[in-house]
Amino acid sequence: MSTNGPRHSAVGRLGEDAGTESALRIVWLCPDLLSTYGDRGNMLILARRAYVRGIPVETIEVRSDQAVPQHGDIYLLGGGEDGPQALAAQRLNANQGLHRALERGATALVVCAGYQLVGTTFFAKGEKCAGLGLLDLHSDRGPTRAVGEVAGTAEAALGLPTLTGFENHGGRTHLGPGLTPLARVTAGVGNDGTTEGVWRGKLIGTYMHGPVLARNPALADLLISWAVGSTVDAIDDTWPAKLRSERLAAVRATVRAARL
Amino acid sequence: MTLDPIGGLPLRAKVASSVSRTAAALSRAAGRGDGSVIGGWLGLKIDPELLRHLSAGRRVALVSGTNGKTTTTRLTAAAMGVLGEVATNSLGANMPTGHTSALARAGHTPYAVLEVDEHYLSRVIAATDPVAVALLNLSRDQLDRAKEVAMMATLWRDAVADRDTHVVANADDPMVVFAARGARHVTWVASGQRWHEDSWVCPACGSHIERSDGDWRCAGCDLRRPVPQWTVEADVVVDPAGGRHPITLQLPGRVNRANAATALAVAAQFGVDPAKAAPLLARVASIAGRYATVERDGRTVRLLLAKNPAGWLEAFDMAEPAPTLLAINARDPDGLDTSWLYDVDFSPLHGRRVLITGDRAMDLAVRLEVNEIAFEHVSSFGRALAAVPPGRLEVIANYTAFQDIRAELNRVN
Repeated sequence: MSTNGPRHSAVGRLGEDAGTESALRIVWLCPDLLSTYGDRGNMLILARRAYVRGIPVETIEVRSDQAVPQHGDIYLLGGGEDGPQALAAQRLNANQGLHRALERGATALVVCAGYQLVGTTFFAKGEKCAGLGLLDLHSDRGPTRAVGEVAGTAEAALGLPTLTGFENHGGRTHLGPGLTPLARVTAGVGNDGTTEGVWRGKLIGTYMHGPVLARNPALADLLISWAVGSTVDAIDDTWPAKLRSERLAAVRATVRAARL
Repeated sequence: MTLDPIGGLPLRAKVASSVSRTAAALSRAAGRGDGSVIGGWLGLKIDPELLRHLSAGRRVALVSGTNGKTTTTRLTAAAMGVLGEVATNSLGANMPTGHTSALARAGHTPYAVLEVDEHYLSRVIAATDPVAVALLNLSRDQLDRAKEVAMMATLWRDAVADRDTHVVANADDPMVVFAARGARHVTWVASGQRWHEDSWVCPACGSHIERSDGDWRCAGCDLRRPVPQWTVEADVVVDPAGGRHPITLQLPGRVNRANAATALAVAAQFGVDPAKAAPLLARVASIAGRYATVERDGRTVRLLLAKNPAGWLEAFDMAEPAPTLLAINARDPDGLDTSWLYDVDFSPLHGRRVLITGDRAMDLAVRLEVNEIAFEHVSSFGRALAAVPPGRLEVIANYTAFQDIRAELNRVN
């Protein structure tokens, strides 16, 4: 009844040569299970920011019961509830396609439940579950659910401005000794109230929704530059800049109010 | 047994019911609200069984779902009007406090039609022992606090199982079918489902739901679209006997014609002839401002409420090709996370003039830019009104943004 293969979409304006060998391939994994917090947005934003620079783009949505394609340039995993998260872990572990793609150096952005998944273990429905074991990090249950605005100072080597997002998670994530957090938290909880997310090689993990790339276009451009192997030109970011300053001002007001 | 709904109450319930009505009247008089919640809250404090007592002796219908429940409740109450007086919580106060207020305020009525928040359905079924329950749809709504959709479907399933209550359910929503199929008595309505993003995975077995040409089935188990007894063909509702009932509504959109079919199917469980009830549905106009059309400064403003991604898709179907104002807030009743904006494809707005406003207009601006939709940001509803030429202005807003605009239009109903 339905199509059996992944959903491929060439992105670009009419007449552009998208979907060819040279296209930037953005692979969104498990949209059927992990798409609870507007996660499609990160794919759409990466695609748009590439094609306005003239980079041909192809987006590929791969359901959890389909094989992970090996020719992707950027892989995305989004957020979801406990049941779907545990099912995604089982299916991605059985398939091993994401493991192979990252071994050969693909770029990846993993968010919230997807972020917890790439570690060794996480908790879902009160049980410890095996993660994908791609990074030396693990997640457990925190004392409270972290819900609200989050902001942080990005790891200096990434050269990113202040990060902003919205978090909504019950877990806390602990990085192994060899791993670098994505940011130091200035508002909200993130991994553990001190650090937020992870950065290793061309992989970024984060608890930030918003979606994260809507609020942090520089992070989107960093992922694109990793995938294409060169820096990218600036584009008009008037509206994302206004959104960022509004959200960061709202966070500062909340932090001030909490101190009073 | 026929119980007088007020006179036959136990003493404690009588006192509770009377206090409830007095408090509601005081609340309205003090301008503190419409009284539909405070009265019921006090009444339930005095007699926790008050809702059960107030329901005894009435034949009750309940309406629940993520979207369309206020409208369908109003349509069902109109259809039931064929039989006699109907109590209803038509202000949208859809939790037990609101139900208690509505029934206490209505006094003696043989019938009641109550809109029920989907989280409270189990409790309200237990308290009111309804003749019929309409299950409309389930989709994501206010994610920073709402339950997972499949979890909600499971709660619904348990709420309607092992009862003589007749379930009137949407055959096109796999989550609703999963919830309803175990009930003893089910009538299926082909209500449609524009939003598929929360029902790709079977709630029964975790396999994929496959869809084609309006049909669907689970690839891994026996969950599939049941054959509907009630269908909608353009402006005609077709009943189980093949009777065709032209529907003329003041409310826009295909989804409201489907809501009308559900209303007629529920009323039929009480013995209402759909041919008699169908013309009454045309009397239902706007509901608490939803779908209201207001003349202001030479502009004809129409208000559409869209609280979640599924609701936005329906609103795009309803909005006429005219200048359109989108208003977004993210206050507590809306949910604080605006990520859902990316679950909505705004491309149906291509080619029309789009204005944006609200607390979170910047989130919307970035979203529309990604969708390649040109827009103008305005600081208020008044500025939007001034910016468009005389003629139609469509307004689509989420919950508190809608209430803000409604307040500027003198709380239009």
